[in-house]
Amino acid sequence: MTALTAARVRDEPVAILDRVRRMIQANPSVLPTIASVVIFVGMVVYGEVAYGRILQASTLSNLLINNAHLIVLAVALTFVIITGGIDLSVGSIIAFSSVAGVMLANAGWNAIAVMVVMVGIGALFGVVSGVLIRYFNVQPFIATLAMMFLGRGLASLLSTKPERLGEDSPIRWIGVQLKIVDGPKVNDLVITPAVIIAVIVVLAAFFVLHRTRTGRTVYAIGGSESSALLMGLSVQRTKVLVYVISGALAGLAAVLYTARLGTAQNITGIGWELDAIAAAVIGGTLLTGAYGYVLGSVIGALVLGLMNVLITRDGGIPPEMTTIITGGILLVFVLLQRAVTRKKE
Amino acid sequence: MTAASGTSLWRELIHKPFFWGIVAIVALLALNVVKDPAYLAMTVNPNNGNLVGNLIDILRQAAPIMMIAIGMSLVIATGGIDLSVGSLMAVAGAVSMEFLNAAGDSASVGVAFAAAGLALLITAVLGAVNGVLVAYVGLQPFIATLVLMLAGRGIAKVITGGQNTAASNDPFRWISNGYLIGIPVVFILAVLIVIVVGWVVRRSALGLMIEAIGINPKASRMAGIKPKGLLLTTYILSGILAGIAGIMSVGSVMTVDISRTGYQLELDAILAVVIGGASLAGGKFSLSGAFVGALLIATLDKTVLFLGVSSSATPAFKAIVIVVLCLLQSERVRSWFRTRRKEKPAAPEQKTVKEEVQA
Repeated sequence: MTALTAARVRDEPVAILDRVRRMIQANPSVLPTIASVVIFVGMVVYGEVAYGRILQASTLSNLLINNAHLIVLAVALTFVIITGGIDLSVGSIIAFSSVAGVMLANAGWNAIAVMVVMVGIGALFGVVSGVLIRYFNVQPFIATLAMMFLGRGLASLLSTKPERLGEDSPIRWIGVQLKIVDGPKVNDLVITPAVIIAVIVVLAAFFVLHRTRTGRTVYAIGGSESSALLMGLSVQRTKVLVYVISGALAGLAAVLYTARLGTAQNITGIGWELDAIAAAVIGGTLLTGAYGYVLGSVIGALVLGLMNVLITRDGGIPPEMTTIITGGILLVFVLLQRAVTRKKE
Repeated sequence: MTAASGTSLWRELIHKPFFWGIVAIVALLALNVVKDPAYLAMTVNPNNGNLVGNLIDILRQAAPIMMIAIGMSLVIATGGIDLSVGSLMAVAGAVSMEFLNAAGDSASVGVAFAAAGLALLITAVLGAVNGVLVAYVGLQPFIATLVLMLAGRGIAKVITGGQNTAASNDPFRWISNGYLIGIPVVFILAVLIVIVVGWVVRRSALGLMIEAIGINPKASRMAGIKPKGLLLTTYILSGILAGIAGIMSVGSVMTVDISRTGYQLELDAILAVVIGGASLAGGKFSLSGAFVGALLIATLDKTVLFLGVSSSATPAFKAIVIVVLCLLQSERVRSWFRTRRKEKPAAPEQKTVKEEVQA
């Protein structure tokens, strides 16, 4: 009897390894997602060993609070990339939407109305990109590149100085830190409404992608657009929809970011499209479309966030290196994807 | 007889890809003249015989845009895109300024050449990275170059240590501020490079091969073209031309502004190419078109500034122009024009038709 349980205990890790191996063999595109989980855990362990104070409530909750907007952006990009497209305009949408939002709020608009307008601006940009791509066959990266410059230009037209949100503006409530567990000293588990919103977005996106017709159509378009069309799926409608979703989520990310920081500027969000694409790609979304996991993108966003924490803790790496490192990581993962998909072919 | 040949010449001109670009330049200049009747006036500086005037400023500003537009023309003709040109300009500026600053000798021609050569070497290497990723690894061109577009500015920052490095070197400064027989050196240089590149690609089969890759890579390979090496060469050339553009743009102020040198100029390059009549889907290019496109963009920049709009808002106008041009290229809009024309062959109706399409 005891020998039997001992054998079972010994078997269990082997069984798990075996299951993982079988999963990878069945579906090689899971590999990047697993790799990102491994990297995240590895970074946490390395940070804990090298710098300390990583694996504690305050650091981890700050990681979520500071990257809530990036998580939302990564979810936005996941939708677009799964269809085989790309959205380069998210950073500029954030700039325009946040500058416009802060100016409206300071002009005395109702906070709810301002937030609706901010998300609406994003959705409007998404509609324009989507229509250009769907009706006029413009390549996705050209259409969204044009929107990227349009958004940045419009934001500069509104203001080129940092716009401060009023101290008593209700929008700031989204960035307020709420203590959940009062730990020793400053080691508290804190959360902001922004984090809750980001979690809701992730869950909603997961539900839409994996449990609805629309979600399956998104995957089908990435796999083969013509086959999806022949199957009678609403390809055209969905293609516009993903860009609207992406734009609206970028608008939402602008709300979260502005609420946390309290200022908006026309240069906010330069290069965030790279962060968002990198987060999605690290999380296992294939740039050629059809493969991708919302939860993987969340991990990708957290990997990037944790990287920033480690760079700050280290102090020896100049902050200018951040974009180079992000670019390098993106490149490595794209090459990894390339190798995996080639093997499958 | 003369009237007939005149109309055929006219018709030929209208069908040139850059005809509408020239029309737009004339329209913009006319707009400026309306605001200031003396806008087009050019004077000769009595001290050194140099031409001075707004038109000369436009030529000078157009030179860097021409460089990246030509590189972009070739890359787009292969069916790719190079989003990294603006950042490579910043890298070239950072490298040359750091080198000149370290060398210190402010009169040496050799130092100026070494600085320019080093900058071009580094941008060529970065262009080769793009090329290898696209040609040999098989990445989508915009992803491969997007990485460098965003990381390139980081590389420039690392090179200068986050500073806006300034340096002084007269021969280097002469490249963008000097005059030769009264005309800015930078413009002469740009025209020469355009002619050389155009001569090489059009007098040899190179241009045809590049277009063949853009039309159908598989068929071009079967026809005996080696797409990989040619793609790599195209991206390296684009990198070098971006380096030249970077040297031209930092030379006028002898300072590299790592966050603004070449900032958003990739859009200018794409715009110049599209104005020049090339299709973003690849398969054809027109260097003379890109040349006119670059001139148009420089005129547009100057006009917007002249009319008193903030210069950081110009991308918005350019974005609108590029969207309109993309719409005009799309099959759907073209078919609208075609069906309208078939429905109403009578000439007098044409004016109302045009308005309908615009609405």
